[in-house]
Amino acid sequence: MGETKVKKMLFILSKGTIENAYAAFVMANGARMEGIEAEIFFTFFGLEAIQKKKLEHLHVATVGNPAMHIPTMLGGLPGMEALATKMMKKEMEKLDMPPIGEFLEILSDSGCKLWGCKLAVDMFHLKEEDLIDELDGILTIGDFYGRADQEGTHLLFI
Amino acid sequence: MKKIIAQKEIDVNEEGYLLDFNQWSKEIGEALAAENDITMTDRHWEVIDYLHDKHQKEEPLSIRGIKKSGVLNVKEFYSLFPGGPLKKSTLIAGIPKPKSCI
Repeated sequence: MGETKVKKMLFILSKGTIENAYAAFVMANGARMEGIEAEIFFTFFGLEAIQKKKLEHLHVATVGNPAMHIPTMLGGLPGMEALATKMMKKEMEKLDMPPIGEFLEILSDSGCKLWGCKLAVDMFHLKEEDLIDELDGILTIGDFYGRADQEGTHLLFI
Repeated sequence: MKKIIAQKEIDVNEEGYLLDFNQWSKEIGEALAAENDITMTDRHWEVIDYLHDKHQKEEPLSIRGIKKSGVLNVKEFYSLFPGGPLKKSTLIAGIPKPKSCI
């Protein structure tokens, strides 16, 4: 295997479901573990993953998600999302996948930059104290593009 | 493939990882570290000891495991072994590269 051409990964997390948050986190952590720079920009519902009060309560979507193999009518029943999420978290724990809060700590300690989207933060009326302490700042999308400052940078929307 | 390092012949895979841990010695670890621009200190060796211990117990390595290890935190791990800490430290330790995605 040759040396990777990827030098920096910029992720935009726009969704607040647990599987999307983990997709971003696993890829960002995986990048850091390979010596690749990584940054995550949290926007719209992705902001749920960096709100102190909400981050441990992300759910997997049971409605409109054919891969769950739960009929849509059943997926909408009260408690279904919580149950599916609980089962998923149990499987993740078996693989030593950290919970969201711990994962954010690991990412921050790994040197992965974590940014909030200014527009979405304003839209949801969020204050600094609502967001995790590890956050590196609030940026506009223009600022975030500015982070793509070297050859081999890739940008991924989740 | 064969590789000569620290005046010894060792067997390594295409990524440079030792194929047989019995061929490992501290001198070889030191030389592998130097190839990766890492100068070993007591702190580095404490991490290598931890990795050897996990390897011997056949427990999988992960970044979360490092966080929980009580040996060092994630930040220090990255500063001791820059450019992919688990990848680099296991190479120096003479054990296989971890297969986990986390």
